[in-house]
Formats: sequence, C-alpha cells, structure tokens
Amino acid sequence: MKQFIEGSKAVALAVKLARPGVISAYPITPQTHIVEELAQLIADGEMKAEFVNVESEHSAASVVLGSTATGVRSFTATSSQGFLLMIEVLFNIAGMRLPLVMTCANRAISAPLNIWNDQQDSMTARDSGWIQLYAENNQEVVDLHIQAYKIAENKEIMLPVMVCMDGFILTHGAEVVDIPDQTLVDKFLPAFELSDKLDINNPKTLGAFADPDHYTEARYAMQVANDNALKIIPQVADEFKKIFGRVSGGLIEGYRIEDAEQVIVAMGSVVGTIKDVVDELRAEGKKAGVLKIVTYRPFPAEVVYRALKDIPQIAVLEKAVSLGASGPLHIDLKSVLCGREGKISRVSGFVIGLGGRDITKNSIREVFDSLSKEEVSCKFVGLKLG
Amino acid sequence: MAEAFKTLFSPGHTACAGCGQAIAARLVVDTAGANTIIANNTGCLEVFSAKYPETAWGVPWIHSLFENAAAVASGIEAALKYLGLKDKINIIAQAGDGGTADIGLQALSGMWERGHDILYVCYDNEAYMNTGVQRSGLTPFEANTSTSPIGKILATGNLRPKKPMPEIAFAHGIPYVATASVGYPQDIQRKVKKALAIKGPKYIQIHVSCPLGWRHAPNLTLDVSKLAVETGLYPLIEYENGKLTQVRKLTKVKPVEEYLKSQGRFKHILNSPDAIKLIQAIADSNIEKYGLIEKKA
Amino acid sequence: MAKVKHDIGIAKPRSSLNNKTGSWRTEARPKFLQKNCIGCKICLLICPEGCITGEAKNTYNCDYLYCKGCGECAVICPKKDIEMVKE
Repeated sequence: MKQFIEGSKAVALAVKLARPGVISAYPITPQTHIVEELAQLIADGEMKAEFVNVESEHSAASVVLGSTATGVRSFTATSSQGFLLMIEVLFNIAGMRLPLVMTCANRAISAPLNIWNDQQDSMTARDSGWIQLYAENNQEVVDLHIQAYKIAENKEIMLPVMVCMDGFILTHGAEVVDIPDQTLVDKFLPAFELSDKLDINNPKTLGAFADPDHYTEARYAMQVANDNALKIIPQVADEFKKIFGRVSGGLIEGYRIEDAEQVIVAMGSVVGTIKDVVDELRAEGKKAGVLKIVTYRPFPAEVVYRALKDIPQIAVLEKAVSLGASGPLHIDLKSVLCGREGKISRVSGFVIGLGGRDITKNSIREVFDSLSKEEVSCKFVGLKLG
Repeated sequence: MAEAFKTLFSPGHTACAGCGQAIAARLVVDTAGANTIIANNTGCLEVFSAKYPETAWGVPWIHSLFENAAAVASGIEAALKYLGLKDKINIIAQAGDGGTADIGLQALSGMWERGHDILYVCYDNEAYMNTGVQRSGLTPFEANTSTSPIGKILATGNLRPKKPMPEIAFAHGIPYVATASVGYPQDIQRKVKKALAIKGPKYIQIHVSCPLGWRHAPNLTLDVSKLAVETGLYPLIEYENGKLTQVRKLTKVKPVEEYLKSQGRFKHILNSPDAIKLIQAIADSNIEKYGLIEKKA
Repeated sequence: MAKVKHDIGIAKPRSSLNNKTGSWRTEARPKFLQKNCIGCKICLLICPEGCITGEAKNTYNCDYLYCKGCGECAVICPKKDIEMVKE
C-alpha cells in the first residue's frame, strides 16, 4: 500500500514485515525514529517481538547476536558513535556467521562532534564480513530491508547484512513509499531456520576459538560466502521483482551510462541528485551518466568493470574518506579498473557532503566539469578555506 | 567409555593441573543440568574448554567476546521468551573476575537492571590469568601480579582492595546474590540450585584459586581457597530480596598470615608486619560487617 | 574441489574427550587404594578434570587417559585412601 511516510517509519514497517522475534537498540540520532516506531508497534500489539532496551550499542549488538544464535530472527539499528561502539561485536557476528540484519542510519563521526549525515561510520566496517547495501531513496530502503534477511539467511551466504541509509536525508525525509503486503513478504521470505544454534536437544558449542591450524580457513570461508553473495544478491532482486513487480536492490544500477563519456560513481541518496544533474547535462547535449553502487560489500568488481570499461572519464563521489589515502570507494574502484582493457582514461576521486554539508546540483556539475581536466585522487569538493 | 563420565563438562579440557575454576565450572553446570544454555565471556575458562574442533561442554554453549556474555545471555533469554521456552531452560552467563568486574561490568549492570532471568557466575581467581596474571579490579590488596609487580623502588603489590562486586550486585536490587568458594564444593551446588529456582537476575561469585597465578602447589587449590574463608578474607554470604540472609560462620578464625604464607603472590609482605596488619584489618572488617562469628549470648 | 568449512568455531558436545590430557602427567599419579573408602564422593566432586568415576565405597577410580596428576583428590580424601605414586 502506498503511504506518505518518514523513512524511519518505513524501515520499521519493513522490519515488521520480516517478522523478527527480538529487537534490541540503544538510542542515537538519527537512528532513534526507527527503533521508537518499532517499540510503539510492539506496545500497540501490532507486532509480536521482544524489545530489549540496552545500556549501550555494544550490548544491543550482543543481545541480537544471542537471540539470532538461539534461532530467532532479530534486528538492531544504530549510527555514528554507536556504530563504532558496536563494531567489535559486528566483526564477531560476521565471524560467527549469524545472519542478522541491521540498519545504519549514516552519520558523521567525532571529533568534532557532528550529528549530520555522511558515510564514514559504516565505512569503518567494510572489512568486517558484513554485506553492505546502500539505499538511494526510501522505497529502496524498504525493499532492501526485506531482501536483506533473504540474502543473509541464504545457506550459501550466512553473513549478516546492513542496510545503510543516509541520516536525516532518508531517515527523516518523508516520501511516498509502497509498503508491501504481509502475505507477499511471507511468500518471499520463509521462516528463519538456523542449523547451528543454541538448542538443548542438540547441545553444540558456538564460538570455539580457532588456532593457526583453522583460523585462515574460517576467514577464507567468509570470503567464499562473499563471492557467493555476488551471485545470489541479483537472484534475490529478480525474485523480489517477480513477487512485488518492482526493480530494487541488486549489485549496481546504471543510469544513462550506455553511451556515456563521463560517469560519476556514488552510493546512497546523493545518487538521486546526480541523476537530476545527468538529465540536465544530457539536455545540454553532454554524455553524462551515473553508476550507483547498491552492494558495496561484497564489492561487485566484475560487474562494475563491465559497466565502466568503455567510459573515458570516471569520477567517484563519496561521503567518506580514508584519511591519509583517498576515498574508500575510490580506492576500491581504482583496484578494479587498474590495468584492465577498455577506454578508461581517468578515475578521479572526490570527497563531498561530510558532516551534513549540502550537496548541491552545482557542486555535482563542478565535478563533471573538472573530469575533463587532470585526474585527482582525493579532492574535497566545496572546501571553505581561509 | 565416554559415557562413564556423568558430567556436562568433559575431561580433555586444557586447564592447568589443579585449576580451581575448572572444578567450580563443572559443579555449576552439573548442578544446573542439561536444560541449560551458557554464554561465556572470553577468558581462561573459555580458552581451556572450547578449542575448535573440540569442546568440553555438554550443554549448548556460546562464546562471543570478552565483555558481553551478560548481553548475549539477555538476547538468548529474549529469544527463549519469544519462542515460549523460557520457563523450561536455565540461562547462565559466566566469566572470570576481569570479564565481570572490569570490562564486562556495564553489560552485567544492564542485565541486572533489566531484570533478565539469568544466573551470572563470576569465577574469581583475582587477576587476568589467561593473559599472564595481570591485575584486575578483583585482585586483592598487596597481591603481586605481573602488572602490580614488586620492584626495586615500588615494593608493594596491588595498591587497592577488591572491588565490592557482591555489594554492587546487591545495590541493583536483584533477588539473589551470593559468594561461594571452591573450598566448599557442596556449598556451590546448594547456591546454584537455590539461585536457579529464583526468577530474575542472580549473581554468584565463586572464589577459585589459580595455582599458577597465586603460586602454590596444584594439589593445594581447595586448602588455599578454604583458608581465604577461614580467615575472614573471603566471607561466604547470601543476600536474598534485599536482605543478608545467610553467612558461613567461622568457629575458629585463623590469622590472615596463614592464608598469605600459603601463596607466592604475598611472599613480599611476609616479613612486613605493617602490611599484614592492614590485611588483617580487611578480614576483621569483614567479620564485623557480615557477623561471621557467632555472638555469645 | 576441497570442501570449504563454513562452521569453524562450532564444536560437537563433549568432543574434548578426544584430547587425552593424561600425557601431561610428569611426576605422580593418584592410586585409588579402595580399602578405607567411605563413598563420600568428594574426590569425584573436586577432580578438575572430571575423570574420576565410581558409585559406591571402594569403587572409585580415575581415568589415567585424562588425569593430569594434580593430586587434589589425594589431599582431600578424608580416609587417605588415595595416594600419589611416582610415574
């Protein structure tokens, strides 16, 4: 049913449709509206789940680790500092191969303290083994949450999935969103079954330590599961389209890139703004396009390469920076495209929108314009110096 | 052959010979029985009992991190509630003293405050033994550890008394708090049984000697642990529903010196009457505070 | 192709029985005399390995495949019916 609602409420309704039995969270802006809404749904009897109010994000992640290990589908959400406090547990959840789903309401990290949006928080977990999906708009936010459980719980994957949505821009922005029917979601997402769980009738040990004889193989298995995810995520998106009639999710989405000469690669809500600029440039006769990365981890290297190999000028526009190097997505893209056949002449890196700085259409135009000049690797857009 | 061992904590684990924690952990799980799920913090117990691909545990058991067993157990409890299985299954969270009183205290406080139906067991061997006997918040006054060493200039051991964990637990208003000692195995069984019959959060702190860290012969684990109780340094107490209900009375109080000289970690103060006096004062204060001596009519 | 193990960290219950810690003993082993035993079970209760078995008095013994030779059973036996003998 179509509703005009806030992004956070849309997340809550999507999570409700996935029927989790345990939700645990600690409040942090801009994640709060998501978990407040879930708590209200439970309090109103519209949703049957245990809501555990914890004393920290570290414990929030630990609670849902415990509940998932007991075989109950679970959910948590966080942002920024909360994400960083959680990160020890996030690595552990992935290593224990627990198919949890969480939302990261993307926000800048301290210092200086800043509650506004960028993607530096979730970027810190890019090596954790979690699958990371980045949403462009609130319809995608809803669809990705529903797909996330199906991806995580796939027996060939068994890795946790985080859906990243830009704080405030999406969490607090109201849009018309189609909330799917429960019957269709039930058809798409079967009940959760965990084979290695805490069960008194089959008393296994979970989380035994692995010495040098076994540890490498445990990490290798996670890498294999990530490779499997690259095959399965598009299948899940196909199945989603069959049931819900909507293209959503997958690995990447190209917009007017087929004959493009200049393409910006980006993730999250900024893609919407770039699409508008692309339309304007096209109207002016310029061959511009945008490539959206939906699945950032596992990084869909081959798909990205095939989409970009004939594009001469490429820019990566990202709301994160690996300080001392360049933007993380830029680094990833360089490693994928370097030394490969094609028409690529430059892959420039731009950092934009940190700490909630507005990204205007003009600033995106500037990026397109500068692409015809020399390659840059870590250019901060819109710097106010002096 | 394996079936000959009627325990849920099997032989073949890799604890040091004479490990007090291994004794207490077996008593706890065997008293709780097969309908039990355990969440274990990182530490000696976790490392010596669960080295992939083997495990000593005969109950469902999970290890996540150093500081989060109380929160993981809270999640297990929530999941069992959701599944309608909570009343049929005991949940135990367990850790060493560092995992409990230091790094895990916040998660533990949260578990108590939220009122989860979980028994938390702290195996108190009074230092970070797993990493090589570093000082923890439950290391006793003057103990020589690898991070409170006896030096040429600084010739004292640990400068602070033990963090009062039972009182911290008690202050949370939870229905059951007890201390126990591996020197009194049947008392551990009784307290675990009693705790598991009570709904809500429970805390039992078991004093478990570590022959390696305390520096005594491995066959003296129980004797040394007993001396801590008999001197008044480790009072065995029970708080139920906000009241001190039981204490183990001492018929003959032994001088703390007897306990101190049984271990290498206090060797540096054996010739220091002043230091011994300070430790005797801790024991005397415990005896007074908890009424460890039967008052004559 | 070699099988990828996705369950490293998961162990079957009581599989530690595969690990024969008796090889750790270097000096002495407990000898259960089975003469003056009163069946108090305290040895079984406090064995850190859990490798002592027995049902009634004078039936208690330990499994040397696992016994690490700590000697706590010999110290605690109220009847001195367990003695440590040289390996």
